Amino acid sequence: MTAKRQRLVLVLLALGAVGVAALLALSALRDQAAFFYAPSDVATQGLPLGRAVRLGGMVEAGSVRRAVDGVTVRFIVTDGRATTPVTFAGIVPDLFRERSGVVAEGEFRRDGSFVASNLLAKHDEKYMPPELAGKMHETKTLAR
Amino acid sequence: MLQLLMAAVALRGGDDALVAVRPVAIVQGALAIAAMAMLIAVFWRSDMSVALVAANSHSAKPWLYKVAGAWGNHEGSMLLWVTILGMAGGAVALFERRLAEPTLVATLGAQALIALGFYAFLLFASNPFARLDPAPLDGAGLNPLLQDPGLAFHPPTLYAGYVGLSVAFSFAVGALVTRDVGRDFARAMRPWVLAAWIFLTLGITAGSYWAYYELGWGGWWFWDPVENASLMPWLAATALLHSVTVLATRDGLRAWTVMLAVVAFSMSMLGTFLVRSGILTSVHAFAVDPRRGAFILVLLALYIGGALTLFAARVGTVRQGTMFDPVSREGGLVANNLLLSVILGIVLIGTLYPLVAAGFGVQLSVGPPFFNKAAGPVALALVVVMAAGPLLRWRRDNVQAVIVRATWPIATAAFAFAALIVFAMPIGVLPLLGLSLAAGLAVASVAPLWGRNLRRTPLFTWGMVVAHLGIAVSMAGMACDAAFTTERLIALRPGEATRVGPFRVTLDGLSPRVADNWSAVQARLTVERDGTKRELFPQSRTFTDPPTTTSESAIATLMDGQLYTVLGAADGQGRWQLRLWWKPFVTLIWLGGVLVALGGALSLIGRLRPRHRPAVEAWT
Repeated sequence: MTAKRQRLVLVLLALGAVGVAALLALSALRDQAAFFYAPSDVATQGLPLGRAVRLGGMVEAGSVRRAVDGVTVRFIVTDGRATTPVTFAGIVPDLFRERSGVVAEGEFRRDGSFVASNLLAKHDEKYMPPELAGKMHETKTLAR
Repeated sequence: MLQLLMAAVALRGGDDALVAVRPVAIVQGALAIAAMAMLIAVFWRSDMSVALVAANSHSAKPWLYKVAGAWGNHEGSMLLWVTILGMAGGAVALFERRLAEPTLVATLGAQALIALGFYAFLLFASNPFARLDPAPLDGAGLNPLLQDPGLAFHPPTLYAGYVGLSVAFSFAVGALVTRDVGRDFARAMRPWVLAAWIFLTLGITAGSYWAYYELGWGGWWFWDPVENASLMPWLAATALLHSVTVLATRDGLRAWTVMLAVVAFSMSMLGTFLVRSGILTSVHAFAVDPRRGAFILVLLALYIGGALTLFAARVGTVRQGTMFDPVSREGGLVANNLLLSVILGIVLIGTLYPLVAAGFGVQLSVGPPFFNKAAGPVALALVVVMAAGPLLRWRRDNVQAVIVRATWPIATAAFAFAALIVFAMPIGVLPLLGLSLAAGLAVASVAPLWGRNLRRTPLFTWGMVVAHLGIAVSMAGMACDAAFTTERLIALRPGEATRVGPFRVTLDGLSPRVADNWSAVQARLTVERDGTKRELFPQSRTFTDPPTTTSESAIATLMDGQLYTVLGAADGQGRWQLRLWWKPFVTLIWLGGVLVALGGALSLIGRLRPRHRPAVEAWT
């Protein structure tokens, strides 16, 4: 093999690496990317069962209940049009409160309720995750 | 700016200007340091007439956080970036002796160009010294999550890494401009790449540990976009590091080395963009401002576009490097670079995918399940290459001989695999393979030392051994954490106890605690294993400015792992939530990281010391 050949081979290998990366990434993304749902999306798009997803909205006033074991909490997420009941076992983030935004990561159950493995309540009044801000705004204008 | 003009003039052959470039670079560095010092002074004195101080500081804060708060926000950290950039340029001007004059001048010119872009950014979009009139009485305070000693060290360390990569980039551009891509260029660039890489390694390790104990989730890596923003340059820098060594010693992989230098800096610029533009949702993200994001994006496009154009134009004239057999040390290093690039590509796609999808109106997030599934197997393949690489000879080797040399590592890995299957199932496939391969890698990394006179082994060989060993240690820690962590989530009344792993944990009681700017409820936990007792004091802490509540975890570090405890809220019936983890050998993760950086430091010292025996150079 000449030096020129070898250089060509190296270049092709480099391009191949990029291709392999893209393939691996895209195939993993197909079932591992977590889509974002607002409660009303469930009605329009159906229940995404068996996939890790994110559910976002506001915690409905008066809906937070603690279970007997002291660590499981149930509450309702609303986006102004529809609601979804959520169950979460764990220590809730400090900014989690009623009438405040929350994003829950987890899965839907067959009965339409959501089991959260993680809760995100954002840490700045000025800051709202873009996903949430977009959806909420959408709902408000439509509801008017 | 002056520096760039001087460099441009010098390149056109003005001999007098050539002499001037170095001092100008040094002065620029000094001026930048002065600016940063002024910003820190303003924070120290809590001068509320400066808008930045009013928005981010408070006179009641401890002094360390007043100072560190200078860079705990967007404008201040940009100034820190630029200061380190200026210092690096100054250092190149002061200390670089190996490079040919024209190339050095071109390098400094490139560096100046980069700095120019950032100075413009600071001046027009992020002025840290903007004033408030009238000045408020006191400031809004620093986000409590950031009030931690880790804050004082984590950003400057990372920025040193990013900026070091900018120097590598400047070298690459300088070399392309003067068509001088060869061993001298590689030898000049190598210490900078090493130094930048060491800082990045330390910065990432420190950041990971800080997030681990500060966020209270027991996790040490979240594939958060900002974390990825530091990982991607590190991956590129690792590939560059290996490539530049081949260029310096064997005069091969020229085009790759230059390309990787461009990629590494691009990744650090991309990281800057991702973090500061507000495009991505993240625990880490600075304040949102699309205008700043647009500015950085333009800078990014200019630098990378410019470099790639230059590369395309000049790469044809970069002479052919020496050839090598596929089964050889060079071949191993090529495989290493390819695999690192694949991982880099995966992380890049995973990080940017949500952005692209959002552009099409689809909201989604990409997290650990994706990264583990896509990058995990590739990382394992990389570990195999890492184990085999140092055992390969330069230029040409044969497969059977390599396998014979690798007998002990292979045997160790197989033994570990079998032992895990018999004693430790069920654990996941990735941790199982990870732990087995880590064992094999550990043995393989010390293999180059066998049969050598240890005192006469070059320091850079020790560096390689220690760094690879560090990776093995870190991987073992990661695999143990994934496979053997036990968790307990429970609500207890004072006096009640629970078990987690081999420990019995009793909630003795709770008491209030107060300090300068916070008050807290502190729990006293007694943890007992095999008769030995310790006490832990996790807190639920409420800060006054700004008003937030965070949990301060209490961690017991033992020889064989960590017991991680978090206090939650009261449930209104006299019970308190507790979350407890027993994480065997988790400290190996960061210990390994430190070892890796140490290996880099050994290599750096080894390369910087004057050569006594040129014969050693031919080996590695």
